Amino acid sequence: MTIEEILTQSLQDLEKVADLNQLNQVRVAYLGKKGAFSLKMKELGKLDPDKRREVGQLINAARNEFQAKLEASKIAFENQALAERLENEAIDVTLPGRGQSIGGLHPITITLRRIEEIFAGVGFKVVEGPEIEDDYHNFEALNIPEHHPARAMHDTFYFDAHTVLRTHTSPVQIRVMENQKPPLKVIAPGRVYRCDSDITHTPMFHQVEGFLVDENVSFVDLKGVVYEFLRAFFEKDIQVRFRPSYFPFTEPSAEVDIECVMCGSKGCRVCSQTGWLEVMGCGMIHPEVFNAVNIDSDEYTGFAFGMGVERLAMLRYGINDLRLFFENDLKFLEQFN
Amino acid sequence: MQISEAWLRELVNPPVSTGQLVEQLTMAGLEVASVLPAAADFSGVVIGEVLSVEQHPNADKLNICMVEVGKSEPLQIVCGASNVRPGLKVPTALIGAVLPGDFKIKKSKLRGELSFGMLCSEKELGLAEDADGLMELSPNAPVGKNIREYLALNDSIIEVDLTPNRADCLSVEGIAREVAVLNRMEWSRTKIDSVPVTLDETQSVAVENTTACPRYLGRLIKNVNVNAATPVWMQEKLRRSGLRSLGPLVDVTNYVLLEMGQPLHAFDADKLHGTVTVRMGKLNEKLPLLNDQIIDLDEDVLVIADEHQPLALAGVMGGSITAVSDATQNVFLECAYFAPESIAGKARQFGLHTDSSHRFERGVDSTMQHRAIERATRLIVDITGGDAGPITEVVTEATLPKRLPVVLRKNRIEGILGITLPNEEVTDILQRLGMDVCTNPDGWEITPPGFRFDIAIEADLIEEIGRIYGYNNLPDHQLLMRAELGEAPEAVLPINKIKDILVAKGYQEAITYSFVDEKIQQLIAPDDQPIFLKNPISADMSVMRTSLWCGLIKAASHNTNRQQNRVRLFENGLKFFQKNGETVQSKSIAGLVLGNIFNEQWGEENRAVDFFDIKANVEAIIALTGYQVFFNAAQHPALHPGQAAKILTEDKRLLGWLGMLHPTLEKQLGFEQNVFLFELDQDLLTKKKIPHFEELSKFPSVRRDLALIVEEKITAGAIKKCIDNCAIEVIQDIVIFDIYRGQGVENGFKSIALALFLQDNKQTLTDTKIDAIVTEVLAKLKNQLSARLRD
Repeated sequence: MTIEEILTQSLQDLEKVADLNQLNQVRVAYLGKKGAFSLKMKELGKLDPDKRREVGQLINAARNEFQAKLEASKIAFENQALAERLENEAIDVTLPGRGQSIGGLHPITITLRRIEEIFAGVGFKVVEGPEIEDDYHNFEALNIPEHHPARAMHDTFYFDAHTVLRTHTSPVQIRVMENQKPPLKVIAPGRVYRCDSDITHTPMFHQVEGFLVDENVSFVDLKGVVYEFLRAFFEKDIQVRFRPSYFPFTEPSAEVDIECVMCGSKGCRVCSQTGWLEVMGCGMIHPEVFNAVNIDSDEYTGFAFGMGVERLAMLRYGINDLRLFFENDLKFLEQFN
Repeated sequence: MQISEAWLRELVNPPVSTGQLVEQLTMAGLEVASVLPAAADFSGVVIGEVLSVEQHPNADKLNICMVEVGKSEPLQIVCGASNVRPGLKVPTALIGAVLPGDFKIKKSKLRGELSFGMLCSEKELGLAEDADGLMELSPNAPVGKNIREYLALNDSIIEVDLTPNRADCLSVEGIAREVAVLNRMEWSRTKIDSVPVTLDETQSVAVENTTACPRYLGRLIKNVNVNAATPVWMQEKLRRSGLRSLGPLVDVTNYVLLEMGQPLHAFDADKLHGTVTVRMGKLNEKLPLLNDQIIDLDEDVLVIADEHQPLALAGVMGGSITAVSDATQNVFLECAYFAPESIAGKARQFGLHTDSSHRFERGVDSTMQHRAIERATRLIVDITGGDAGPITEVVTEATLPKRLPVVLRKNRIEGILGITLPNEEVTDILQRLGMDVCTNPDGWEITPPGFRFDIAIEADLIEEIGRIYGYNNLPDHQLLMRAELGEAPEAVLPINKIKDILVAKGYQEAITYSFVDEKIQQLIAPDDQPIFLKNPISADMSVMRTSLWCGLIKAASHNTNRQQNRVRLFENGLKFFQKNGETVQSKSIAGLVLGNIFNEQWGEENRAVDFFDIKANVEAIIALTGYQVFFNAAQHPALHPGQAAKILTEDKRLLGWLGMLHPTLEKQLGFEQNVFLFELDQDLLTKKKIPHFEELSKFPSVRRDLALIVEEKITAGAIKKCIDNCAIEVIQDIVIFDIYRGQGVENGFKSIALALFLQDNKQTLTDTKIDAIVTEVLAKLKNQLSARLRD
């Protein structure tokens, strides 16, 4: 066959190819060691040297033409194969993923972590204390002697005459100051207990006690810290007010109110129509408390504050029933995942 | 305490609205809890006088009344109240009146008889929660007058939540005094118009315990008419303070208590025998109280007694023996100052809390008794008539409270409040509060007035200055705190990280009560020594948990009872028990799982969760610590005997338990699926190993698989331990990849397939060396565990 005939034949064969496999057979038939173009090249040796060059060019040109067509055809088949594969592999991406689902933390823990994070940012250390507490740390050292009217307000759970379930996290203040000297910056989160159970009281709840003792700490510093904390917690430039109040372990003492976040201070059931919500108690640590832990109250001053965690969580997330926190209904818990 | 705003304004009337007044009080530390109208909204009600009452012809229980209301003609009104009678003055709602609840009064026909209005009870006017008949007005009430005007009902009831330190504000006078300070104005103390003494009899009085009772005043008032009516104005003031009218004598003592804050007590003088003595109680003495309670006295309780018996619990409550009654003609009026320490706790001790004990516990002004007894006498005589005898006073000056001067340093005001105040302002604030102010080189010497029990130290004065200056007028300082570098303890695994892992494994965190049901605890942990609450709130919250499982089980039940068939919960907190007589409070983290391994889904084959699923979760937590632990088969009263593991630390301390809830308990506790539990000691769990780098081997790792036949009782742990005991350094890891029972393995045996991974740091392991190692391992396994290779 002449080179022209080979080219024509090869191109016709190429046209008939239906897949990559056949394409490979055609490639071997023409370009393989024993392929038609290869054999033709081998015949060159028999020709005159001057003819050899001319024929050689013809063969090369024909072979290149075939090869180019073959490559093009190969790419076309590959593209087609890829397209088919992609189509076959298409899935319903709207089906849910498989495997284990995620759980979640309790909203009280979420709230506690946020409170801790805000205070940790300025170097407050987290300290915990015992929940079964002695009368001395829970009351006496906090300037609440026996028969003090404030004791009646605490509805204490007793184990014996001198052992109670702590009614607040303030005893941690005493325990820290007994063992460490100022400067102190501490927050003490934890469970506290009062013998009281109705629609707005559970016999167990959580508090975070915080205190700072150093030289030259005053009430205006307390105000600054409380303001900043509340704004950070609610992530809002919230209105805050300080009302004089009374705690045996602080003097001066204050209650802190924030604008009602439920009604925007218009007055609602949650804020008893006042537009304000009580969120924490605070004050300057009472000299008697410093006396109890042998800190010189002329040298050091300090402030302390205490907040109810359930209350903050309820306001933050709009929870309307305190008792939900301890029922552990999955339908409730999963809302905070 | 709740008081009428109008009453307060009789004593001090600042030019501020109710809202502003309330705001002032709240911001001065006298927190106003509520402001309510003195009466609900109503209109069209006038004073009527019943002229005649006739039986309704068609209804047994109804009467047809003719009522004079000051119009041209009396009105015919049908009334069903049992106390309706001619001559009665009663609030009468006219046609067109609107009563509380938007109840409109129209002309109506009742069983055929026309009725042109309605005679009202206190309940119908919204003045009381309940009423057992028509409201009876005084015989001299002016007929035709609007009842709102007559009763001065356009008033507010202000409820103040007082903190225990502000006993001085437990009266209308006390609050008026405070309002005057806040508004920089004068207030008018109630003027006392003493009753002339027209009787020369006295009741003899002795005070045995002069520390508890430094001052005791008493006087006789004879020939009183206790059936006289308490005037409407007094009844209304009492009502607005939440007190019911109980006859003129009790009403007057209650009134003076509200007005001045001084509790008084009236005894029926004819029931007294001999000298009235203030003394301590005696063992075995009994005292019947006004509330019908009979209390057992002891030597710590202060009483008022006569020569026969104790008569009253001093400062708390009177007794029933000498109580005034409808028949009382002569009274002995007591007005005393009892020291707070002698009254504190006494009311509570007997389960009582009275207006009197509330005030004496917190401190009554010890200079007030003369005024108060004169005031009460005046009111009694005005209402009931009678002759007052001279006042008998027993006073012990030495035990009366002293108001000692308190030093106030100028620099301390700055140190505590954080602001500098001009001297004049400090002086002004303290003087307005009734303090005696003297200056000294460093500041002042302040003597508080008798009514301020709460001012004892410098800080108390500083609080007063801040309070009157206004907390909200103080700046908010951006505190510049001492900065110090933080800490990053690496040998402690943060509990938060563990909790986050459990969350990632699909667990939901629970928080359950620390006190649990004794019955459940008894089932779960019968061997622990629990700690019982002395005053639990209920039986199912009576004992401190010795295991977190009790609460988790309850929480799981709560959910399975609400159609949840898949529960994964964990909790972190303290558990409490007794050990060698000591109370132990130890931190714990526990989990509970029941139901399917996955939420219902399309993509995984679902199955019930089993022991190894939970074990994987526990292992994941423990892996965070870097320490090795041991899971040993063991018995736990709450767990399935064949599916329970005791978890031990490397140094053999008890880290915790893991297992399936015992099927018997599963049934007893009402579960319908297997329940898996774990609990770990947090203090042991959170010890973390600080990693130490080991050289990486440059030589290839080789795997050799062994299929061993062993008896059923040989555990995977035993096989691993046996290989570990060979102490062959090049064995880097042992992985169990199959357990087989069945054809080819005889009954009572199992096949365990394991892979040994071998690698040396110094050389490539040759086949000869590897074969030698495998042979050694197999020999040891055969020797110790009778293991053999599977054919």
